[in-house]
Parts: sequence; structure tokens; C-alpha cells
Amino acid sequence: MSTAVTDMQPGAPPESSRVHYLNANYGIKSWLLTTDHKRIALLYLGSITLMFFVGGAFAVLMRLHLIEPQGALVEPDTYNKLFTMHGVMMIFFFLIPSIPATLGNFLVPMMIGARDLAFPRLNLLSWYVYIVGAIFTLYAAISGGLDTGWTFYTPYSSSFSHTQVVPVALGVFITGFSSILTGLNFVVTIHKMRAPGLTWFRLPLFIWAMYATSIIFILGTPVIAITIFLLGLERLLHIGIFDPAIGGDPILFQHLFWFYSHPAVYIMILPGMGVMSEVVTCFSRKKIFGYSFVAFSSMAIAVISFLVWGHHMFVTGQSIYAGLIFSVLSFLVAIPSAIKVFNWTATLYKGSISYQAPMLYAMGFIGLFTMGGLTGLFLASLATDVHLNGTYFIVAHFHYIMVGGAVMAYLGGIHFWWPKITGRMYPDGWARFAALVIFVGFNLTFFPQFMLGYLGMPRRYAVYPAEFQVLNVVSSAGASILGIGYLIPLIYFIWSMRYGPVAGPNPWGAKGLEWETPSPPPTENFDEIPVVTEEAYDYANPHTGVARG
Amino acid sequence: MADAAVHNAHPPGFAHQFEDMEQQREAGTLGMWVFLVTEIMFFGGLFACYAVYRALHLQAFELGSRLLDVRFGAANTAVLIASSLTMALAIHSAQTGKRKSVVMFYLALTMILGAAFLGIKFTFEWRHDFLEHLVPGFGFEVRPEWGAVGHHVPMFFCFYFFMTGLHALHMIIGIGILTVLTIMASRGRFNEQYYAPLEVTGLYWHFVDIVWIFLFPLLYLIGGHYAMGGGH
Amino acid sequence: MPGHVVPVRVYVGVFLALLALTGLTTWVAYFDLGAMNTVAALAIAVTKMLLVILFFMHVKYSSGLTRVIILAGFFWFAILVALTLSDELTRHWTPSPAPWGLLLPLIRGLF
Repeated sequence: MSTAVTDMQPGAPPESSRVHYLNANYGIKSWLLTTDHKRIALLYLGSITLMFFVGGAFAVLMRLHLIEPQGALVEPDTYNKLFTMHGVMMIFFFLIPSIPATLGNFLVPMMIGARDLAFPRLNLLSWYVYIVGAIFTLYAAISGGLDTGWTFYTPYSSSFSHTQVVPVALGVFITGFSSILTGLNFVVTIHKMRAPGLTWFRLPLFIWAMYATSIIFILGTPVIAITIFLLGLERLLHIGIFDPAIGGDPILFQHLFWFYSHPAVYIMILPGMGVMSEVVTCFSRKKIFGYSFVAFSSMAIAVISFLVWGHHMFVTGQSIYAGLIFSVLSFLVAIPSAIKVFNWTATLYKGSISYQAPMLYAMGFIGLFTMGGLTGLFLASLATDVHLNGTYFIVAHFHYIMVGGAVMAYLGGIHFWWPKITGRMYPDGWARFAALVIFVGFNLTFFPQFMLGYLGMPRRYAVYPAEFQVLNVVSSAGASILGIGYLIPLIYFIWSMRYGPVAGPNPWGAKGLEWETPSPPPTENFDEIPVVTEEAYDYANPHTGVARG
Repeated sequence: MADAAVHNAHPPGFAHQFEDMEQQREAGTLGMWVFLVTEIMFFGGLFACYAVYRALHLQAFELGSRLLDVRFGAANTAVLIASSLTMALAIHSAQTGKRKSVVMFYLALTMILGAAFLGIKFTFEWRHDFLEHLVPGFGFEVRPEWGAVGHHVPMFFCFYFFMTGLHALHMIIGIGILTVLTIMASRGRFNEQYYAPLEVTGLYWHFVDIVWIFLFPLLYLIGGHYAMGGGH
Repeated sequence: MPGHVVPVRVYVGVFLALLALTGLTTWVAYFDLGAMNTVAALAIAVTKMLLVILFFMHVKYSSGLTRVIILAGFFWFAILVALTLSDELTRHWTPSPAPWGLLLPLIRGLF
């Protein structure tokens, strides 16, 4: 495989005449009724990109508004709706499905040597479920919006807010089932459909990450579903189990909400960590350092992530004894995350590193994720959290994880597998430039927010004291750079689909079953199911690790 | 394509992404188990809330529990257990290659028992509760004889209706799936080799049974019935 | 390839056992056993659940993977209940300034 990576096999038919999953059939129906995991991945890619830019538009409006201390743009009520809709769109409709539903859908069967996921029709159903949920939420956005914050805290959401709680709750509830279906599909596929010879410890680490993510999908999502369902009932019937009038406890809502929503943070970051392991090994031409540690740390994160949710509630009236337990457990989750960072950096050591666009995103990820993770420890400490909770410090912290971590990894992954997905290369110079713009824009946007938060500026307010203006203007300036940074890839990716140079089956000289197929792959992925004979990332071995039957 | 030819040789009901029928059956069963785990967590959210509020408002919960009629709960438990038996027998008769009318008979019996459960639930219990003003949000009346904890009793009934309602919804979906299976059975789709849809639906049906096995004591039984001087 | 075929008499036996346990749990509910009423009711319910899972749902004859998946479901449910109760049941405890004092309410709660 490492030989003849970019040029095509002599005698192979020219690209235009070969049948692959993109040209196997045409027409809108062949896409909307497809059960091919690769096409469904593209359906998801299109829809989440749309939601990303809708959610991004809300963020742009917010940052514009905050240029002036008394607010430059909108009424305070509207501002409440802006940050709420930004959160809902980005978390439930972009970040959670981002890598699993696009790259995961595309790559899981290809990486394990299968023709499709175990349940292709459920996979298509999951996309439709997602779309229905998205439509409810978009409807809510244009018919008045929501002002509860993405967390829907009761009793404000159940009794007092005059905005569109029920449509958004319904949208989130419905979309949850698309996550559940995706997770279910991945677990069954990874258990039952691996190619001969592909043992658990030969799996690419992306697959381990997808497996760990699926566990969270399966065990966490149903709890948010029932919680949102109960919230909806309470709002409609004006009586329900979070209602203090009949002895209900609004903080119980927060327990159930964070039981899912904290692990959901790991739904966002675990797949990104999986992408990192693939990209870092490929562009340093080395086997991953400590394979089993990276694999098991994914599983450890999946488990421990369910034990820490109370750190969101240190100042809400939660018992301090529970706070103690949750604080200790929160520190624990830093261990497997740190193991991963150490292993990636150890993989780089003495590697022959090349800095193509995916690698730039990977480098960005490692640095930004580390910052996001370490600032998380401040928030896991009971005493410092009292000072920092509800300030911009929190906002900066989770954006370092979700944007600096998850979105960087997502973009890195898209850049890495784009030649496989479309069969075309994007312009590398532009891609590196965009990666740089995004990195600079990101830090300019969110680093000042750490400082603002530490100085005491509360989040979710439409106005602020004049002394905070300089840092806010810096942040807003960074946001506009970041916004442009996100638009550049959108343009050159669309350009490359038609005009990009033909990529060939393995432009990076990467290891892994997905690179054994032509680009774009045929509908059934493999003409014959491969037999795997080597461990993952064996870059020292120049020969392909696949035996042809 | 060579692949297509190989796949066409497989029996009906075989999906192209699998290597053989055995892999497909295993994947289907595993998929249903994973789904049932999501159901555990779905109901689990409600059960966890129940545990919290029962601990906080024990007296109100016991009071509410005593307002339910144990006889209906017990009868429904028996009905549901019987439906689990007939479901198991439906799968068994397909597994052992019985005539399709036998499979259809057991499936129909399962559906009838399921419908009987819902009939008892809705016409005897829920209607009665409504007439007694025990439905939160629909004219619930706190009675003076409940005393100081009276205003917490609606909480118990919220749980009663959410839990039994969610359970009933699962029963209705189950009966819908059984209807499809009965039609499939009538067309002779099932045999000793291919009965995976029956098996997978059976898992779902038994799970719904298990939910009720817990709802019955939690809602009807642990309410201090001895305080009422035994029985109704 | 067909899965394991369970004999009909096993199904009928399990059915009769479930009916008997339903009768038992109802009967027990009318005796004042204090906190043991709840324990007895839950113990019987768990027994019934195990009968259904092992025989009706064929887990007695199925792979270790199925068992792990089921156990994971119950384990995660236990996490949800235990950590939620760790807040709800300790909220009224009064914090004590001395570090060892934090243990006092726990010890008091035990006795």
C-alpha cells in the first residue's frame, strides 16, 4: 500500500468510467431513499453543515452585540434567545452528530472491512429523525425562539418562559433518537461485522472512539429523552414532577439533564480523539505510542463521564456532600484524557512529521484541548468553581473543548478523509491557510473570555460594565476572523468536488482498510472482504497488512 | 456482479451487508438487546425520580398507593405474564417448524391478552381515577382527610399516570408489531431457519412485561395496605 | 441456523412460578413488616425479572456479550439512582468546619 500511493494502477479504468457510490445511480430519490452508509454520511454532512452555519450566525450576532457595554444590536430579550438558540443548534444539531454521523457513518464499515452497517435502514431512519427534530427547532427559531438557555432549567422553562419551549424540547427529544439509532448501529456493527483477522486490538483507534461514543449515546440519550418529555408534559399540563407546588424538586431536573449532558461533552470530544489518533500516526509515519492505553482510555472516559455530572451543580443548591463526591470523580476523568495527550505527543517524538492541512488541525487540537481540559480542573474544584461558575471563564473553557477540540478534530478529519469521500483533493495551500486563520481567530475569540470570566464578567447578559469593553472587542474581532476561517473550507471543498485534482486511493500513504479501496469507494466498499494480518498503524512495515483471498 | 449472484443464492429475508444468515440473526438479537438497554435507561429516568420522591414524601406516596385497587393490578400482572408465555410459545412453534396456523394462534392470543391488559387499565382503573378526581392536571382534588401531606399526593399520581401511561404506550406499539408479525406468519414467512423477527419482538414484549413486574409492587403494593385492615 | 430450543414444559413451569410469585408478593403486602415490605416486594420483583430474562428471553442459553450488555444497563441505572440520591438525601445535613467533621453525619446516618 505504501508503494504507488497517488498514481493509479496501470490498466485501471479511467476515473470517470469507474462505478462508485457517488455515480452508481442518480436523482434525488437515489439519495433520499439510499441505505448506503456513505451516502447517508453525506446527507448528514450537508444537514449538520447547514445547522452549523445557522448556529454560527447566532454567535456572530451575539459577538456584534457585545462590542458595546450597553449592547450594540438587540434587545436583552432577543439576546437571551440568541445565546439559547446558538447553544441548542450547536450542541444538539451540530456537535453531537458531527463526527459520528458523518465520518463515523462513512468510516466505521470501511475501517472494519464490512459492506455496510448492520442496520442500513435504521441508519437512514436516523437521518430522517434528525431532520424532523431539526425542523421543529428551526420552526421554533423563526416563530419566536427560546430564551431558557440550552439547559432548559426548570421551573423557568416549565412555568415562566413565554417562548417556544415545547417545539424546541420536541426537536431535542426527537433528535435524541437519531443518536440512539446511530449508537446502536455502531455497537452491533463493531461487534458482529469485523473482517476476518481484525481482532479488537487491531482495530483503528477511531473505531474504539466510536464504540465508546456509542456507549454514551445508548446509555445517556434515553435519560435526556425522558427528562425533556417530562418537562414538555409539565409545561402543557401545568402539573408535573419538577413542580415545587406538589413537592417537586427543580434541581432533580438538573440531575437528569446533566446525567446525559455531561457525558454528551464526551460524545463531542471522544470522536475527535479518535480522529487525532488516525491523523497523528499518519503524518508522523509512526505506530501510535501505547495503543492499548489509548484504546482503554476511550472506554474509561465513557464510563467515568457518567460519574461527574454534579460538577455543573456546585452552586445550585446541591448537597455539598454530593459536591465533594462529584468533585473527586471529576478530577478522575482528567487522567484518561491526559493519557491520550501524552500518547499523541509521544507518537510525534522522532516521527517523520509532515505538516499537511489535517496535521495542522491535529496540532491545534492537542494544544487547545489541553488548555480546555486543564481549565476544567479549576471548575471541578469546589472552591474555585464558586468564583468562576456562571462567568465567561466557563464559556471560554467549554469552547476550548468543543470548538478548539471537537470542531478542530472534525475539520481535521474532514480534510483527512475528503479525498476518500469525494475522490478529489482540495488545494493544500488554502487548507493550511484556513487552519491557521481558524487557530488564530479561535484563540483571539476565546482567550479574552478566560480573562473576562476571571475578572468576574457573568455569562448570558446582554450588557456589561464599561471596564470589560476592550477584551470584549478583542473577542468580537477574533470571532469575525474565526467566521471567515470557517467559510474558506466551505468554498474550497465545494470547488474541489468538481475541479480538484483526482486523489487516487491513498493520497497520504495512510494505513487502514478504508485506504485499500478506490476513491470514491464502490457501493459495497470491498469487492471481497479483506483478511487483516497486521496491527493498526504499522507504518514501519512497507507492505499492505491485508491478505487477498 | 459476482457478489450479487452469491447473495441471491441466500434465503429470503437475507440482507446484503451480512456474510450469512447466522451473522444476521446474531446482529438482530444483539441490536434488540442494545435497544432494550436504552429502554432501561428511558424508564430508568422515571424510576430514579420515583425513588427520590418516594424517599422525600413517603407518607404521601403510601397514601396515594392505597387509593389504587390492588385487585386490578394483580389481575393485570397475571394477564401480562400469560401473554409472555404465549409469546414464548409462538417463537417456540416457529422454531420447531409447526404449521403457520399454530404460530398465528399464539400471536393472536398474545395480542388478545395485551388488549385485555389495556382494557382493564383504561376502562376500570383510569376511568375510575378520573371520576374520583385523582388525575393531576384534570381536576385533581386534594381531600381534607389526607391531612398535612395531602398536597404531595398529586406527585404520586403524576408518577402513576406517567409510568403506567408510558408502559401502555409500549404495549400499544407491541400489539402493532404483533399485528405485522401475524400477517407475515399468515404468508408463511417463518420457518425453522428464519424466525428472527419473532424472536426480536419476543424480547421487546418480555421487556415490557418486566417493566410491569416492577410497576406493580412500586405503585400498588408498597403503600402500607396493612394499615387499612386487610384487603378491599 | 436455529437458536436454542427451550422445551415447552420449562416455559409453563416459569409461567406458573411467576403466577405464584405474583400471589406471594400481593399476600405479603398485607402484613406490617416495616421497611421489609419494600425489600420483600423488590426482592420478589427481581426474582420474577430474572425468571423472565433467563428463560423467556433465553439469556440462560445466550452469549456472555448479551449478559454484559444487560448488566451494563442495570449498572448505569444504579449510577443514576445512587449519585442522584447522594444529593437529595444529604442536602439537609449541616456542614461542619473540621475536616473529620464531614464524616460525622455519615457515621450518624449509619447508626
